[in-house]
Amino acid sequence: MSDAMPQKPETLAELIGRALANRSFVIGLAITLLIAAMALVSFFWTPYDVTRLIVADRMQPPSWKHWFGTDHFGRDVLSMIMIGARNSIAVAFVAVGIGMGVGVPLGCWAAARGGWIDEMLMRFNDLVFAFPALLSAVMITAVFGPSAINAIIAIGIFNVPVFARVARAGALSIWPREYILAARAAGKGPSRITLEHVLPNIANLLLVQGTIQFALGILAEAGLSYVGLGTQPPMASWGRMLFDAQTLMMVAPWLALFPGCAILLAVLGLNLLGDGIADIFDPRTRRRA
Amino acid sequence: MTAYLLKRLLIGAATLVVASLVVFLMLEVVPGDPARLMLGMSASDAQVELLRDQMGLNQPLIVRYLDWARGLLSLDFGKSYTYSVPVIDLIRERLVVSLPLALIALALSTLIAIPVGLFAAARRGKAADTAAMAVAQVGVAMPNFWFALLLVYVFAVWLRLVPAGGFPGWGNGVWPALKALILPAFALALPQAAILSRVTRAALIEVLGEDYIRTARAKGMPQRAVLWRHALRNAMIPVLTIMGLQFAFLLAGTIIIENVFYLPGLGRLIFQAITQRDLIVVESVVMLLVATVIVVNLLVDLSYALVDPRLRTRQ
Amino acid sequence: MKQWKTILTAAAIALASSTAAFAARTDLVLGMPLEPPHLDPTAGAAAAIDEVLYANVFEGLTRIGSRGEVLPDLAESWTISDDGKTYTFKLRSGVKFHDGSDFNADDVKFSLDRARGENSVNAQKGLFAPIDTVEVVDPTTVKVTLKNPLGSFLYNLGWGDAVIVAPESAETNKEKPIGTGPFKFQNWAKGSAITLVKADGYWGDPIGLDKAEFRIIPDAAAAIPALLSGDVQALPNFALGDALAQVRADPRFKVVIGTTEGETVLSTNNKKPPFDNLKVRQAIAHAIDRKALIDGATGGLGTPIGSHFAPHNPAYVDLTGTYPYDVAKAKELLREAGHPDGFKATLKLPPVGYARQGGEIIASQMREIGIDLQIIPVEWAEWLKQVFKDKDYDLSIVSHTEPNDIDIYARKDYYFNYDNPAFNKVIDELNLTSDEAKRTELYKQAQKILADDAVNGFLFELPKVGIWDAKVEGLWENSPIQANDLTKVKWTD
Repeated sequence: MSDAMPQKPETLAELIGRALANRSFVIGLAITLLIAAMALVSFFWTPYDVTRLIVADRMQPPSWKHWFGTDHFGRDVLSMIMIGARNSIAVAFVAVGIGMGVGVPLGCWAAARGGWIDEMLMRFNDLVFAFPALLSAVMITAVFGPSAINAIIAIGIFNVPVFARVARAGALSIWPREYILAARAAGKGPSRITLEHVLPNIANLLLVQGTIQFALGILAEAGLSYVGLGTQPPMASWGRMLFDAQTLMMVAPWLALFPGCAILLAVLGLNLLGDGIADIFDPRTRRRA
Repeated sequence: MTAYLLKRLLIGAATLVVASLVVFLMLEVVPGDPARLMLGMSASDAQVELLRDQMGLNQPLIVRYLDWARGLLSLDFGKSYTYSVPVIDLIRERLVVSLPLALIALALSTLIAIPVGLFAAARRGKAADTAAMAVAQVGVAMPNFWFALLLVYVFAVWLRLVPAGGFPGWGNGVWPALKALILPAFALALPQAAILSRVTRAALIEVLGEDYIRTARAKGMPQRAVLWRHALRNAMIPVLTIMGLQFAFLLAGTIIIENVFYLPGLGRLIFQAITQRDLIVVESVVMLLVATVIVVNLLVDLSYALVDPRLRTRQ
Repeated sequence: MKQWKTILTAAAIALASSTAAFAARTDLVLGMPLEPPHLDPTAGAAAAIDEVLYANVFEGLTRIGSRGEVLPDLAESWTISDDGKTYTFKLRSGVKFHDGSDFNADDVKFSLDRARGENSVNAQKGLFAPIDTVEVVDPTTVKVTLKNPLGSFLYNLGWGDAVIVAPESAETNKEKPIGTGPFKFQNWAKGSAITLVKADGYWGDPIGLDKAEFRIIPDAAAAIPALLSGDVQALPNFALGDALAQVRADPRFKVVIGTTEGETVLSTNNKKPPFDNLKVRQAIAHAIDRKALIDGATGGLGTPIGSHFAPHNPAYVDLTGTYPYDVAKAKELLREAGHPDGFKATLKLPPVGYARQGGEIIASQMREIGIDLQIIPVEWAEWLKQVFKDKDYDLSIVSHTEPNDIDIYARKDYYFNYDNPAFNKVIDELNLTSDEAKRTELYKQAQKILADDAVNGFLFELPKVGIWDAKVEGLWENSPIQANDLTKVKWTD
């Protein structure tokens, strides 16, 4: 990112063309859109109503009627996967939002001010990083009770120092640039410079980190729900489905198969997307391309 | 270097003090009473109060905190409410499971990741590289508890090669104990290996682009020698950083895997202690883990200096 | 690959069978879901304590047999005075504790006085409240005088909380239990397993096992592979739900469905609006489809109940038809009660399978009549505090596992918040009645009152699902008390 930035801004068309030539980006985007579409559709329509338990229909193997089979309460697994997608996305999205919303201003502030503010922020980061994340999430949900909201908060808290660190590092590399010096000479204050010059230039970094944390958030939600501390019924959750399925691996293997694949696919898609975005914006690959 | 070390130690100590306050206060507000849990539904309130007195739960908050904090300094973590044995004994019993598990997983992860990273970096852009990195992507995305479930059904239930879970203890021989740790270690190691191999590859590619490597190549040094002798050594810093993080994660983050394999490790101890409201155990174990993370990070920083002599003189 | 598997399996079988070729096995590994917090049955309510130690390590004056009958144990016989207040126990002689010390009348006096003393932390202290005095007549004779006659006294002495401990070891039993039973404690690897071994010089019939290990397996997901892979040979009481099917199909195992004393109820806060309205409670009762509930929450194994009484008890009346499953009727009742559009309420669920799974089904069934239940999962510690003690709840699901406990509905301030003088009168009369026929009649009346009042949603009697190796025999089929009595257990080949 060091030298390319302000010189010759490429057109949007060029950027899109470069993006579409990137295999990671295309595959990642396709998978992510598929999951997102599934989640969106689930708001309006699912093959079956999963809030109605029809115990008589339970544990049916996959068929034309139930593509992914039914679970131990007779719910349609495909419908639950769709709603689970919505749940996973919502949890991860809000958790990333918390992380960005708090972490990015903190990081930019520390970079703009330096000195003891910067030092304090870094020590705060060290403090949060010193707590094993999953363990702390377990403690938080123990204190406030297991629920999707508390899972979001627990995951979100640990996103804060991540974004603070990325934003600070990115901002620090922007501040010594000439155009910033020019802006300062023109009398712009630190907050205005951060808004107008620093943030736009670290946006791609934040976007990449955002997709990574999004993927980690989905994994974390699944893990917490799998141990019973995340999303609670009747809301469907992929991790929760695995928890319910694990005793039935021999009797009804599809119950463990589909939610596991859903998690794998969603995380894979996001990671590929993140890699793709990083590649597209990385000046070295651009020069090569 | 000494001044730097001193500063790091001071900051570490301050972090521990703040952490102890956070943990203590947070667990104060957990609903539920360990004494009532012990005595159940038939016991009278007076009996519960009596037991609370015996457990030392009726002392003021500040007294309990100071008692506990003073104990921590001398490695006396107090007495478990439920088990009524010293917490340190409980931790020791669990560490003999968690520590070897974390070490085996880390070793497995490294043994898989470094060769894969080298292999992919050496064949950068070729089909083999793409394939290896595609597998790594899947490995990163795989929830480790799901992978663990699959492993149990293949290797324990179907093939019956290893036990499905539990831990026989080191007293019954090293081999049965190791056998019990193989599957959980593997389940933990695979996603970590996937991450580490990606980092190794990226770091190697970075280093391979540098001038002195080009010079070495130009001088006719064989590819293998370039990779092993120069590149890997210089790519070690990011790799070590990740390994340090992973070790801390493996020690504390095994809660879910320990549940799948019902291993009596630190993670299960915390889980159990939280549900039983054995708060002194939770507090002490969390502090131990926080301290471990701090020490590991410090060691990683110091090891940079060993790997890269240039850094030795800088600070 | 296929060939590999065959070779490996063959090797595994060869290894396994070579060790089993000798005489019958004398060791047994049992899986249990919860770990005891400590090993002293006289100082804790956790069922897991009794499940390891009762009848195996510790013994009482009397004991409860596999069908719930009272049997002599450390007291070989007794006489009861005509006024029903004085019990004179003749103790067995020649009994030794595992530390080698002799068992005698002083130990009995010590144990009973300790359990009812001022500093007692016995979880069932109430059992000992009727005792007035305990006297040592001679080393093998103890006289216990009650304040009032009590028909269930001998039964109460058979509880795990009433086992006899020695003064020298009472304080250390939590860590190193010393009893008089056929097994002595060997080792406790915390979080993992508790090992008992055969005690030397046991006074009673010789036992069939040399070693018994209770392995802690937290959930069914882990229990099934452990069983299938042979690590564990018995799961005496393990709720496996639907996974049971795969074990049932396997001839290596015996699956025994027995009864427990656990009436599983939808606990209802009878003083909290809208549940203080009988019509609302009746509507809930009509909205419960017990068949679907039992299929979904217990794999079809529970027995439906219509009141708070165990179906295998001779005094049981079938009241499941009092408010049959009828959604239209339920909606009608809700309308009459002034809730035509239903209402919102909470359902607090403790961490047990029947409650968590049953709760999901109940919530779904209540949604059919417009009652929107928010499920709140709680740990036992929170349940005891919020639901049981502070009565801060609307609905909960829990199994009341104490035998013959219909009298809890007459207790003041019990967490159901139920207060019906007519019911209390029946229970008072019951306590003073010793005639069996009359008692049965009173029990039937009590059941009827509770059913009519729809105090709680009466769901099902919890099944005891026991699974063990087909070659093991002697484990209890039913669970009249929470125990794994291993004294008759042996391998048959």
